[in-house]
Amino acid sequence: MAQQQQEQVYEKYYVPDQSPWPIVGAVALFLIAYGAGNFVIEQTKGESGYGGWTLLAGIATLIFMLVGWFRNQIHESMSGLYSAQLGRSYRQGMAWFIFSEVMFFAAFFGALFYARVIALPWLDGASNNAMTAEVLWPNFEAIWPLTKTPGGVETTAMGWMGLPLYNTIILLISSVTCHFAHVALEKQQRTKLIAFMAVTILLGLFFLVLQVEEYVHAYREMNLTLQSGIYGNTFFLLTGFHGMHVTLGTIILIVLFLRILKGHFTPENHFAFQAGSWYWHFVDVVWVMLFFFVYIL
Amino acid sequence: VSAETSSTADQYQLNLRKGVTEISGQVYDLHMLMFIICVVIAVLVFGAMFWSMFFHRKSRGAQPANFHESVKVEIAWTVVPFIILVVMAFPAAKTLIAMEDPENSEVTILVTGSQWKWHYKYMENDVEYYSVMATQQEQINNKFAKGENYLLEVDRPLVIPTGKKVRFLVTSDDVIHSWWVPDFAVKKDANPGFINEAWTNVNEPGIYRGQCAELCGKDHGFMPIVVIAKEPAEYQAWVNEQEDIQRKAKEEEQRLLAMNMTMEELMVTGEQVYLRACAACHQPNGQGLPGVFPALVGSDMVLNDMTAHLDVVINGKAGTAMQAFAKQLTMSELAAVITYERNAWGNDTGDMVQAKDINAVMTGQ
Amino acid sequence: MSTATTELGHDDHHHHAPSGIKRWLYTTNHKDIGTLYLWFAFIMFLIGGAMAMVIRAELFQPGLQIVDPNFFNQMTTVHGLIMVFGAVMPAFTGLANWLVPMMIGAPDMALPRMNNWSFWILPMAFSILLASLFMEGGGPAFGWTFYAPLSTTYSNDTTALFVFSVHIMGISSIMGAINVIVTIFNMRAPGMTWMKMPLFVWTWLITAFLLIAVMPVLAGAVTMVLTDKFFGTSFFSASGGGDPVMFQHIFWFFGHPEVYIMILPAFGIISAIIPTFSRKKLFGYASMVYATTSIALLSFIVWAHHMFTTGMPVGAELFFMFATMLISVPTGVKVFNWVATMWRGSLTFEVPMLFALAFIVLFTIGGLSGLMLAIVPVDFQYHDTYFVVAHFHYVLVTGAIFSIMAAVYYWLPKWTGKMFDITLAKWHFWCSLISVNVLFFPMHFVGLAGMPRRIPDYALQFADFNKWISLGGFAFGLSQLIFLALLIKACRKKGEPVSDQVWEGAEGLEWEIPSPAPYHTFETPPVIK
Ligand code: HEA
Ligand code: HEA
Ligand code: CUA
Ligand SMILES: [Cu+2]
Repeated sequence: MAQQQQEQVYEKYYVPDQSPWPIVGAVALFLIAYGAGNFVIEQTKGESGYGGWTLLAGIATLIFMLVGWFRNQIHESMSGLYSAQLGRSYRQGMAWFIFSEVMFFAAFFGALFYARVIALPWLDGASNNAMTAEVLWPNFEAIWPLTKTPGGVETTAMGWMGLPLYNTIILLISSVTCHFAHVALEKQQRTKLIAFMAVTILLGLFFLVLQVEEYVHAYREMNLTLQSGIYGNTFFLLTGFHGMHVTLGTIILIVLFLRILKGHFTPENHFAFQAGSWYWHFVDVVWVMLFFFVYIL
Repeated sequence: VSAETSSTADQYQLNLRKGVTEISGQVYDLHMLMFIICVVIAVLVFGAMFWSMFFHRKSRGAQPANFHESVKVEIAWTVVPFIILVVMAFPAAKTLIAMEDPENSEVTILVTGSQWKWHYKYMENDVEYYSVMATQQEQINNKFAKGENYLLEVDRPLVIPTGKKVRFLVTSDDVIHSWWVPDFAVKKDANPGFINEAWTNVNEPGIYRGQCAELCGKDHGFMPIVVIAKEPAEYQAWVNEQEDIQRKAKEEEQRLLAMNMTMEELMVTGEQVYLRACAACHQPNGQGLPGVFPALVGSDMVLNDMTAHLDVVINGKAGTAMQAFAKQLTMSELAAVITYERNAWGNDTGDMVQAKDINAVMTGQ
Repeated sequence: MSTATTELGHDDHHHHAPSGIKRWLYTTNHKDIGTLYLWFAFIMFLIGGAMAMVIRAELFQPGLQIVDPNFFNQMTTVHGLIMVFGAVMPAFTGLANWLVPMMIGAPDMALPRMNNWSFWILPMAFSILLASLFMEGGGPAFGWTFYAPLSTTYSNDTTALFVFSVHIMGISSIMGAINVIVTIFNMRAPGMTWMKMPLFVWTWLITAFLLIAVMPVLAGAVTMVLTDKFFGTSFFSASGGGDPVMFQHIFWFFGHPEVYIMILPAFGIISAIIPTFSRKKLFGYASMVYATTSIALLSFIVWAHHMFTTGMPVGAELFFMFATMLISVPTGVKVFNWVATMWRGSLTFEVPMLFALAFIVLFTIGGLSGLMLAIVPVDFQYHDTYFVVAHFHYVLVTGAIFSIMAAVYYWLPKWTGKMFDITLAKWHFWCSLISVNVLFFPMHFVGLAGMPRRIPDYALQFADFNKWISLGGFAFGLSQLIFLALLIKACRKKGEPVSDQVWEGAEGLEWEIPSPAPYHTFETPPVIK
């Protein structure tokens, strides 16, 4: 029986023609990697060079590639070349991509847990490190948030009340509105769809503004910087990469919004929308984890 | 003559060393146990394989059988290896737990790795010093014949007593190193900012050699360890002597503060110190390695900025490979080497630095 | 094992391969992309091998001969990086590209354009890595494991290029892996159920999962190295509350699954070749699938066996020792399965079989030395010596690389439609087999006798064996030039035409389509009974 089912779902698969975009994308990544590498080197040395320009050229190429590639893709999709099976490939591809992103964040969460649960207590003499504390860091005390590093750098802890809490609420609401937009799309309620999308995008932007505000506050008033030891390191890398993902997510939502205005999606055929909304939910879930582990605990 | 025989014996050494401690003996036995089990497994597996390769080959007219999947066989070849593993696990765990127990030691030594030398500090006595590879550069560059202990000799070996539990506190000043003496079966990473503990209890007096066992940069291959184990009485005499020498050296240093050395003296001492302490990175000709270690020849700081020069040599430069030499060299050595750097290789500034200048910087005057 | 009922590969005529350079730059065809991957991997193997030749030449005798220590470290590092990320992984991806669609009856990979992108990122990434060797300060010199703080505070500036190059090769691997997974999940022909899939497909499915799970962690590790070095963070520095050993945990959380990424597809290849030339069904198909899954799952909880000397508490050492030992059980299941398949078969010894047999013996030797390394008290003696170098070259060179060669010989006639030059192939095999053991076996001895790894010069007692090791190395390097010649000849379509089945005893969908495999296969899916 299972076999029969499978036979039914197998349609003629659409194998796309040759395309110049992937190699443009590869060149873009080359320029970005080579440019960024040189840019970082030049910055530390205080020299001027072509690194920054190469990086910019790479980003421009990448944008050019994305626009071109997506234009092709949208065109092909709209002309009905795609099958349900292809739609499944896209969906699964997106799901695994999000899984890889989860693992990227896992590396930084891992660093956070390791530092809190293992490295700091050891520096303070826990486990088999009594002599570490006695000989090397006699004055160090392991607390979290780490407001004074073993090397003596001091900083302030970021509380969870206020901005972070507002941001949590904003993102949670945006996740809900994003879902409503999806429901509206499937029910072909166009006005509702547009409204909910607009709200989601606005909430995303609002989140970003508040996040920038929080950073300014941290740097100006709290002496909490990227250089403030492991607390500042994990704080800024986790929230920073999350912020970059929110930025990307918002851009995706804006593109989807424009496509909605053009009437691109149908209740049956809206992979791009679904991918965008998955991404947005994923970004929200990461934030909830962040809020819990970085701010509250 | 005996050295001759021992080095030729080494030449064809195939197996692990048994070493000279109870633990290293246990480790050796464990190694042999593992080795024999592995050989037996290999013989059985390869035997079955070669048997079929020979007797079940098509050219001998073998017809393929048709059997496959047998739960019984498959359970057997899952369970039997598992049992073998359990047999291995017990002695391994026992030895490991003994090795990781540094309690009740009688002597404690702080071992600090840095690029590319070891520093030993006797925690119960007033003795501490650096230990640097003693093999000449010319031997390495194939200009002189290589000596018997090529690459495995140091200027000042570590000295420990026999028959006593000696605890090592292992750490590092810069990158990760690893303190390894095969004859003791001790290998512990030296992690900057953390202290790992290891211990040994050597039965026989003798000279034991080892090497740094973690990639630590350019001269990782040139960071040997030499340990001399002495009878407790001899060891005690050695410690007393060292305490005496080190106390005198400190007095001498105070005395030198009041004196001025001549340019010639400074340059001669300076060159020696430079070759010993600085040349590994900045190169004997002061050119450095572009992009890795800065050149001193024509360096703006060396030529023009005396304060910065003193500071960087004495206190090091955070976030780079430049070490703080205050704790490694005496004040007169520091004075000499800085003078040397400011006047060698055409850097002819004519500047002279004296021990008292160094003292002034170090005491913050 | 499975038969296809629909007409196969009839469509050679209406979709010709596009010609010229654009065919390769713009391609979306899984066979073209597979070929690109394989050639890229081979070129990287030669470049990485050339670096190994530099290493072996320097170690030919004691004393510093041809390179300075700093350059030696760069050679070691880049040799490791190139072989792992540039040779073995792309070669397996190339094989997956060629074979997975043909084995499951799919017209192509699920996401063909992304497939092209994944490939073309690789030459970009490696040109950046190689370019850094020629820049001021030279390339990375901190070992392929780039332990902090040697790779942060104490490294040269080109570390930034290393970091970004690893980032983009990671992107490439992740996209490649997503493609494989989606293809297998979504594109199997009707009737190709999970437990009918060839083992190569199974092992690659699990490999792809490992890749997606750990490549992002590597990206995180290099990112932290970048910020520690250039932006003042202190993840790996105690004075800021970090820990250099934390780097090793993150790296090996990636690194250990990574070594299985480099061996699981090999298991799949061997599981295809042994039954063919034994003319007998694989002994335990299902148990092979479960064993592969167990190895993959266990690979996530053994990483710290690379870190026994870092000073972990004894409880952690015991845990990682036991977990590591456990991996021998499912791996043993595989070895026993292969032997049981050969048992009472009807064996012939064509070149792919020769390599497969060599694989079983030599990989097992490498695996057994791995088991010895897992025993913590003795690993204290083995760690960071040539004993470890011997272990991993047995599993990587005579394991992964031999399996890739076996695969190429096995499927090459299907790809080109012509039999390769068997005489050259046999020369290649026997020269490789002998020299590779002269090269790597004595490394066990010098390792046990106490020679550390990653050193440009060594004490006199190691001189004799090192000479042999180097001679073996040069011979093994030269033997690969035979392979190069053979491949060039094969690509110029020289040789006897072959039948569709190619090898008597070969079973599977790929042997039912014409030889050479047409540019497009299975545009309408076959039905597997
Ligand atoms: C393809 C790559 C590959 C594979 C498959 C393996 C497989 C294994 N490896 Fe290896 N390993 C590496 C690549 C690989 N390794 C690399 C690259 C390094 C060094 C990295 C670096 O530092 O640069 C390394 C280092 C390494 C170390 C660290 C050594 C050190 O630095 O001190 C250890 C320690 O436990 C280890 C263990 C093992 C084990 C137990 C297996 C097991 O999976 C092996 C299992 C197989 C068998 C055991 C043989 C077949 C089984 C039977 C016939 C059944 C019967 C047997 C019994 C039950 C006893 N490996
Ligand atoms: C799959 C991976 C792989 C492969 C295939 C190899 C292949 C080889 N490796 Fe391996 N090696 C590693 C992975 C691999 N290695 C890793 C991960 C390390 C650890 C790195 C580290 O410590 O960080 C290592 C380290 C390592 C060392 C230790 C270095 C040290 O610790 O200082 C040595 C020393 O002998 C060595 C030798 C060799 C040799 C002789 C080969 C031979 O098999 C190579 C065969 C030779 C060729 C294929 C060349 C053929 C071509 C020509 C002769 C002409 C070419 C000319 C041009 C292209 C111009 N390797
Ligand atoms: Cu110190 Cu290697
Ligand atoms: Cu491992």
